[in-house]
Amino acid sequence: MTTTNSEAVLPAQGIEAPRSGRIDPKYLRSNPSSGSFEMVAWVFMRVSGAALVVLIFVHLFSNLMVGEGIHQIDFAFVAGKWANPVWQFWDLTMLWLAMLHGTNGMRTIINDYAEKDSTRLWLKSILYLASTVIIILGTLVIFTFEPCLVDDAGNLMDYAPSFCENIVN
Amino acid sequence: MWSWVGHRITGVGIFFFLLVHVLDTSLVRVSPEAYDAVIGAYKHPIMIMGEIGLVGAIVFHAFNGLRIILVDFWKQGTRYHRQMLWAVMVLWFVTMVAFSIRHLMIFFEGWEGF
Ligand code: HEM
Repeated sequence: MTTTNSEAVLPAQGIEAPRSGRIDPKYLRSNPSSGSFEMVAWVFMRVSGAALVVLIFVHLFSNLMVGEGIHQIDFAFVAGKWANPVWQFWDLTMLWLAMLHGTNGMRTIINDYAEKDSTRLWLKSILYLASTVIIILGTLVIFTFEPCLVDDAGNLMDYAPSFCENIVN
Repeated sequence: MWSWVGHRITGVGIFFFLLVHVLDTSLVRVSPEAYDAVIGAYKHPIMIMGEIGLVGAIVFHAFNGLRIILVDFWKQGTRYHRQMLWAVMVLWFVTMVAFSIRHLMIFFEGWEGF
C-alpha cells in the first residue's frame, strides 16, 4: 500500500509534491493505526496547559496572596481547605493534570536527548514509576485525610482546625 | 529559540518541584507535627526567595504556554508570535512585581526572626 497525501497536490499546477505517494510504507515513520497517540498527547498538552493556568493561579493566590499568606500554611489550614469538597476536587484535578502534563513533557525531552534505546527505556521507566507513585499517593492523601484528630483520651488535638469543635465535642 | 529553551527548563524545574511538593503535602497523613515542621522550612528567608523564583518559572511557563497555544490554534497566531512574546514578557514582569511585593510584605510582617 502506498499512502497518497491528497493535500500535497499543488493546486496551481495540478502536480504532486515531490515524493508524495511514492514512498514504500516500510519507510514511513507513522502508520494510521499507531499515529494517534502522539496527536492525542499534543492536544492534551494544550488543553491541560490552559486548564492549569486557572488551577495553579487560583491555588497560588488563595494560599499565598490572601490572609496571612505564607505564614498561614500549616496543618489546620490544609484541614480547613479540604473540609470543602470544592477544594478537594480542585486539588485533585490540579494534581492529575499537572502530573500527566509534566510526565508527558518529560517524555518528550527524554526522546529528544537520550539517543540510545536502552537509555531511553531506563529513563522512561523511572519517569513512569515516579509519576504513578506520586499520583496515587497524592490522590490517597486528599481522600483519606482526617482533619479532626483526637488524642487517646478522645480530646481534640491542638492542631485541629476550629470547625472540628462542633463535630467532636 | 531562547523562549523554547526557557519553556523547557522551567517545565523540568516545575516538574521536579511538584514531585517534592506532593511528598511534603503528604505529611498531613503522617502527623500534624511532621507537616508543620517541614512546611515551616518554606517560611525561611532563603526559601522565600526560592518561592519567588519558583513562581517566576511557573508564570513564565504559563504565559509562554498560552502563547504557544495561540500560535497553534489562532489563525493570526503565527503572524503575531513576536508581539505575543513581548506581551508574555511584559505580563510576566508585571505579575512578578505584584507577587514579589505582596509575598515579601506578608513575609516581613509575620517574621519572628531566625
Ligand atoms: C501553568 C499552566 C501551563 C501551561 C499553559 C503549559 C503549557 C505547555 C505547553 C503548550 C507545552 C508545549 C507542549 C508541546 O510542545 O507539545 C508545555 C510543555 C511542557 N510543560 Fe507545561 N504548561 C503548564 C504547566 C506545567 C506544569 C505545572 C508542569 C510540571 C509539572 C509543566 C511541565 C512541562 C514540561 C516538562 C513540558 C515539555 C517542555 C518541552 O518539551 O520542551 N507544565 N507546557
